[in-house]
Amino acid sequence: MSWRADFEMVWALVRRAANEILRVPGAAIPGVLAPTIFFLGITSVFGNLTLLPGFDSDSYASFIVPVSMMQGAAFTGAATGVNLARDIEQGWFDRLLASPAPRPVLLAGLVGSAALRSLIPATFLLVIALAIGAHWPGLDGLAIALIVVMGMAVVAATWGTSLAMRFRTQSAAPLMQAGMLLLVFTTTAYAPLDLLSGWLQDVARINPVTQVVEAARQGFVGGVSWDETWPGLVALAGLAAFFTFFALRGMRRMARA
Amino acid sequence: MIERLAANARVVGALGRRSIRQTARRPQLAAPLIVFPTLLLAIQTGGAGRAVDLPGFPEVQSFLAFMLAGAMVQSVMLAGNSGGIALAIDLEMGFTDRLFAAPISRFAIVLGRLAGTAALGGLTAVWFLAIGIVFGVTIEGGPLAVVWIVLLVSAAALAFGGIGAAIALRSGKASVVQGLFPIVFVILFLSTAFFPANLMIEPAATVAEYNPLSFIVEGLREPIVAGFNGEDELAAVASVLGIGAVGLTLSAAAMRGRARRGQ
Repeated sequence: MSWRADFEMVWALVRRAANEILRVPGAAIPGVLAPTIFFLGITSVFGNLTLLPGFDSDSYASFIVPVSMMQGAAFTGAATGVNLARDIEQGWFDRLLASPAPRPVLLAGLVGSAALRSLIPATFLLVIALAIGAHWPGLDGLAIALIVVMGMAVVAATWGTSLAMRFRTQSAAPLMQAGMLLLVFTTTAYAPLDLLSGWLQDVARINPVTQVVEAARQGFVGGVSWDETWPGLVALAGLAAFFTFFALRGMRRMARA
Repeated sequence: MIERLAANARVVGALGRRSIRQTARRPQLAAPLIVFPTLLLAIQTGGAGRAVDLPGFPEVQSFLAFMLAGAMVQSVMLAGNSGGIALAIDLEMGFTDRLFAAPISRFAIVLGRLAGTAALGGLTAVWFLAIGIVFGVTIEGGPLAVVWIVLLVSAAALAFGGIGAAIALRSGKASVVQGLFPIVFVILFLSTAFFPANLMIEPAATVAEYNPLSFIVEGLREPIVAGFNGEDELAAVASVLGIGAVGLTLSAAAMRGRARRGQ
């Protein structure tokens, strides 16, 4: 029966996070506004990059919207870290750690809520993008993009959680956000790999999030294929496992302190 | 009269130095000035660097040379915003009220904060010019252009600082000034900070042509990529003066409002 108790605990934490959105709807605005401004701004400014030979899309809005959706997921995940830091500052998280709930279950509750919340900016961006002429990615392309966005939110939430455990203050918020944004933007975010210049091309080639961006993007710029999908899913799983290790280690250390 | 001017100048100097120290000590104030614009510069230069091959793109040594002016204006706009946040924090904590109660000009108190913002703007100009030179950009206008750019960026920081100060004085809340952060990016994207107007997408292209920020950008960019152009520099100075006049007028009105409300 323990799995049932674990599930109830995860669900309670997800509901608590959802309550925050319902009670303070304004709190969700920055996570939606920033990627939307980025999407519209970058599309307006760099839209004609599609005229470069070798650019694999005729619509920059289609090319960039998955990146903005990932940016929204990164913000949402980082917000989970900031909220956790607030709970730590106020002593609420100490009470959770003192409860008999296993630590992976507590973490699952936090990242589960981030994954669901990331659908808010993703949906908003998708509507805006389609309204200004981005290509419809197809049901399969959309499903893959949303799965990838939720996965990215899980990665960002585990990163934010590990930093919250380490610094135990909301002042670490810029680090939580900047770390994830760096990971997203040092990829093929602005242009295909062959059109990136200098250092960014080298970094994008080894950055695992490049595979994630490409997986989310495929439906918007062409057809969907398993070959384009699985590297992104593997990269997400690897990143989530990596940051989960640090988040759980942080919880163990905090419980000992 | 001269004694009073000297006293106010001392106040401006002391508050300006305090403003710089405060920014250096608080990462949340310093990061937007240097870290974010530098990261964005690096990523955009690498990500959109091949844009120089587009037909219609102006003749430049490199995309980095083109982007330096954009990074500088981004930095000064964020400096104005950070200065406003710091002033609002001072208001929330009652520090500014104590200054207002002292026998010194209220205008000198705000000008002290703006002097700090202007000095920080000058430092960011030096930082971005240094980055450009290290990564191979030749400043076509020579040493005089370097001095001119530092002065123009400082003046622009003062002008944008005036807007930030006005909002801080009007609202008295750091969260309100902080909420303007996204608007900074909207204004930047609707200017020629990151791309030439002729290659931007409508309606942003048309807005960029008339955006006063674009005139400041061009006034900074020309000495870097081509050398001095009197018309561009005049337009940049006029834009800085215009924005500065709006900022100082709004600040003065906000101060009068606070005095009327007994704040």
